[in-house]
Amino acid sequence: LEDHLTGQRDYDLLVIGGGSGGLACAKEAAQLGRKVAVVDYVEPSPRGTRWGLGGTCVNVGCIPKKLMHQAALLGGLIRDAPHYGWEVAQPVPHDWRKMAEAVQNHVKSLNWGHRVQLQDRKVKYFNIKASFVDEHTVCGVAKGGKEILLSADHIIIATGGRPRYPTHIEGALEYGITSDDIFWLKESPGKTLVVGASYVALECAGFLTGIGLDATVMIRSIPLRGFDQQMSSMVIEHMASHGTQFLRGCAPSRVRRLPDGHLQVTWEDRTTGKEDTGTFDTVLWAIGRVPDTRSLNLEKAGVDTSPDTQKILVDSREGTSVPHIYAIGDVVEGRPELTPTAIMAGRLLVQRLFGGSSDLMDYDNVPTTVFTPLEYGCVGLSEEEAVARHGQEHVEVYHAHYKPLEFTVAGRDASQCYVKMVCLREPPQLVLGLHFLGPNAGEVTQGFALGIKCGASYAQVMRTVGIHPTCSEEVVKLRISKRSGLDPTVTGC
Amino acid sequence: MRRAVLGVGRAAAWRIRAGAESGQQRQRSPPLSPVPAPPPPAFRFVSRPGPAGSESETVEQSPPQSPGPGKAGDAPNRRSGHVRGARVLSPPGRRAHLSSPGPSSSSEAREELRRRLRELIERSRVMIFSKSYCPHSTRVKELFSSLGVECNVLELDQVDDGAKIQEVLSEITNQKTVPNVFVNKVHVGGCDQTFQAYQSGLLQKLLEEESAYDYDLIIVGGGSGGLSCAKEAAILGKKVMVLDFVVPSPQGTSWGLGGTCVNVGCIPKKLMHQAALLGQALCDSRKFGWEYDQQVKHNWETMTKAIQNHISSLNWGYRLSLREKAVAYVNSYGEFVEHHKIKATNKKGQETYYTAAQFVIATGERPRYLGIQGDKEYCITSDDLFSLPYCPGKTLVVGASYVALECAGFLAGFGLDVTVMVRSILLRGFDQEMAEKVGSYMEQHGVKFLRKFIPVMIQQLEKGSPGKLKVLAKSTEGTETIEGVYNTVLLAIGRDSCTRKIGLEKIGVKINEKSGKIPVNDVEQTSVPYVYAVGDILEGRPELTPVAIQSGKLLARRLFGASLEKCDYINVPTTVFTPLEYGCCGLAEEKAIEVYKKENLEIYHTLFWPLEWTVAGRENNTCYAKIICNKLDHDRVIGFHILGPNAGEVTQGFAAAMKCGLTKQLLDDTIGIHPTCGEVGNRRF
Repeated sequence: LEDHLTGQRDYDLLVIGGGSGGLACAKEAAQLGRKVAVVDYVEPSPRGTRWGLGGTCVNVGCIPKKLMHQAALLGGLIRDAPHYGWEVAQPVPHDWRKMAEAVQNHVKSLNWGHRVQLQDRKVKYFNIKASFVDEHTVCGVAKGGKEILLSADHIIIATGGRPRYPTHIEGALEYGITSDDIFWLKESPGKTLVVGASYVALECAGFLTGIGLDATVMIRSIPLRGFDQQMSSMVIEHMASHGTQFLRGCAPSRVRRLPDGHLQVTWEDRTTGKEDTGTFDTVLWAIGRVPDTRSLNLEKAGVDTSPDTQKILVDSREGTSVPHIYAIGDVVEGRPELTPTAIMAGRLLVQRLFGGSSDLMDYDNVPTTVFTPLEYGCVGLSEEEAVARHGQEHVEVYHAHYKPLEFTVAGRDASQCYVKMVCLREPPQLVLGLHFLGPNAGEVTQGFALGIKCGASYAQVMRTVGIHPTCSEEVVKLRISKRSGLDPTVTGC
Repeated sequence: MRRAVLGVGRAAAWRIRAGAESGQQRQRSPPLSPVPAPPPPAFRFVSRPGPAGSESETVEQSPPQSPGPGKAGDAPNRRSGHVRGARVLSPPGRRAHLSSPGPSSSSEAREELRRRLRELIERSRVMIFSKSYCPHSTRVKELFSSLGVECNVLELDQVDDGAKIQEVLSEITNQKTVPNVFVNKVHVGGCDQTFQAYQSGLLQKLLEEESAYDYDLIIVGGGSGGLSCAKEAAILGKKVMVLDFVVPSPQGTSWGLGGTCVNVGCIPKKLMHQAALLGQALCDSRKFGWEYDQQVKHNWETMTKAIQNHISSLNWGYRLSLREKAVAYVNSYGEFVEHHKIKATNKKGQETYYTAAQFVIATGERPRYLGIQGDKEYCITSDDLFSLPYCPGKTLVVGASYVALECAGFLAGFGLDVTVMVRSILLRGFDQEMAEKVGSYMEQHGVKFLRKFIPVMIQQLEKGSPGKLKVLAKSTEGTETIEGVYNTVLLAIGRDSCTRKIGLEKIGVKINEKSGKIPVNDVEQTSVPYVYAVGDILEGRPELTPVAIQSGKLLARRLFGASLEKCDYINVPTTVFTPLEYGCCGLAEEKAIEVYKKENLEIYHTLFWPLEWTVAGRENNTCYAKIICNKLDHDRVIGFHILGPNAGEVTQGFAAAMKCGLTKQLLDDTIGIHPTCGEVGNRRF
């Protein structure tokens, strides 16, 4: 019966957006034997930057930023090396062009890899800009202006988001760049002002500082909103002590290009009300992201979006207001904006659509890591959130300041190496959240995220034998509670 | 397929553990009471020595340490009420769940009972827990009365809470039966042990000595295990002494307080490993835009000095922390001379004698020698390498233990010419697929392997720093012999327990004659009741610092605190810091097949390419991870293995998850952190 009804349409599934989530959907559906098409189109950034298939993560997100973060970490290791006997003359200069080229080449190889994967799975790929014609039909416009109509039984919207530009700041759009551009710059950005307090802002400022550039972060209110605030302030503290400058409580008012080509930024210090200026080579806006929904003609299909955020509204099955249209990833209202979340949500969605599954995506306890110079990994609730939900008297926080073994010989400062575990106070003290600030935080956090998924209690984590000498063993050695007021500095083995 | 497995949400996972608990060991007294039985598990429980067993204790365990304010106040009422009200002959863990309103109040009651028993034991010169109809109990009572010794006897069949008392006793002493005899606070044992002690003279000794000992506890060995036990005992208010003495290696190397890990183990090796990784990082950094032209050389002396400085600061830190806790530290060699008495010999040969009520042996191990011509004269071991005042140069590493491979790995990382001579297999006891991968990565990175050869003679060709040594080796398979010239020969063929020259035979502590290891029960007690042992010298226990620390600490808490918690040796994670690190937790594939049969296992594996390696131009298809799942138990993860950068950091959390009963389904349901190596488990299997 279904075949008869749907025989007219081109595809079983059409995916709009070739990012992490969209590609995962497409590949999963193809594997289940469905006829699938993916449409992807990168609207150039205001500065003209464009890229290939794979979406934000691959092109202008996780991948290039982690690689540039790695470049910065290597800078630190080069400074460590003489302590460990390597005779390398300091300081070692860094060449942006060389790094950027290497990173960009890797990204291009990934773009290629994604195309090959789609081909292998017989997924039809169109490099076209899509908009809805009706609830089953999408019109795509290719680069040359050629139009094509595609129809499908099911449509998944996975168009993601793009960096937001400030709207009322003179010169912002003309002279500023965003994370869409920074990884594709051929030349070093030079002295940079990063505006914003998101993780994108801090990560970018962090690696720019790490490769030897002069970087300043301008923060209007609080850093890393939504993250644990104690951890956030330690992240900032660490960055500040490693050369990143901070302008706290300041908001930019205009950007001008000086005759010598430098950018003059004027800002207001919101506490004193005074105006101040500075000159920079680059101004990077990292003040948030907006969903890529405007050009989709969603109203033609009847897909509802949030009037505030323009994000698409979905139910727990990722379904939109139109029964056969779904949305996943950063374009969706109220979801964590993370690659692995989009991938898993996409896969589960397709398994429900075509694989007879009924498993829903569980958005709780999603682990993540901020790749600031000192990495911050977390999973579960922040301390504030735990207290808000359960009450101060029902929450026990175990914490420790520790010193990574590798820091000792290198003479590094470990003041901000810190771990805390937020638990319920009543036995068996269920773990609500874990927060880890230190080297390789992502690697450390992942396994504990599994533990929390398994319903770990404080006692169980404490019964886990440590791996010596690592940083992650500090987690299973957490014995001091905040409530006790004892000094949480780890001494000795 | 992947999702066809029974749905295991969080609630179901908890049910599994409850099922596991009922299915395991504690069946000696089935519930007889009107207490409602737990819902039957929705599956057949398959006996599994895994985390489930440990789970039950976790649940009933009171919050760590301090009883907390306010508790003392309501104790008296609760004591009688709860102990009398204990109607059920079921194991305590179970009752804690079922018959009491909350786990904490029930564990409090048990805690009270335990305290009461401890009081009884501490107040009585001789305390016998007995049953009035038991002939063995009668024999013991007669023995003491024939010695004219007054005993305190508690007939468990004549008190209301006898069964409960017997349970708690079994937890304290690891002895389930009566009679259960204590003399001057020392647990002697049952009927047979009491008569043995009488025949050996130990019993008389125990009766004599009252508490005239110099110390509550003397610990022989100031390594990770010994120190943690000492500090914990001191925190609990006991008078504690630590005897530590480093017998110089045949090459004359010795070191300070802290034992193997700090001085000649984990700490220096991880730092040298880090130095080698930095060499790799320097190569990588060029690809990431860092510019330097010169050929970077490695300076052994600079590194070693820096590492030794760090170690000195740790030695100092340990002494300080012992002093702060008022633990007596004596830098002397300890040797038992008679029951409860030890001789301490210092560097100058001066002898002092100390007595203690209880002892902990934590003497650890030292590297083994080959027993061939020239080995002790010319070879070094890991005892010497980390403080070697000169670069070892061209090095032959003999052995395939993790020590051998780690040392070979970092030496090659400094650019030295390194050969590893292997008698049979790499990393015995570890997963062999992983071990071979560790080896082949090293081989690709310049380490040479001579397989199936053993050295037969070492000759010195030239003296010097380093000198030149000729090594003659023969094939283990044929008659072939080979010769090689090296600057340094490092032996890493295994380690021997330091248990043969400490007078254990004088007091009757049994050791495994072959291995030299000390067999202990699950409360780390040796064959002599007042002597305990922790760390690398234990038979059948992992030789790892964190294990020794944990077991030392828990031992002290059981001996002197109110704790019941035993050291849990299941699913102990570890990491081998070879150039490509190898982290693991749980069973090796071979072992899993042996225990569970191949057809009951599902093994998921994947190669992966760390993001940082791509731009650095390092090899693809090298890093590897696998998990071993038990199909008969909800695809529970029983083995985790990962070969890649930061394997230790990755493995730790997986180990915690395995403690919590990790299944494949839960692994699939957990979101990865992108881009990390750790996400490999969530993304790729």
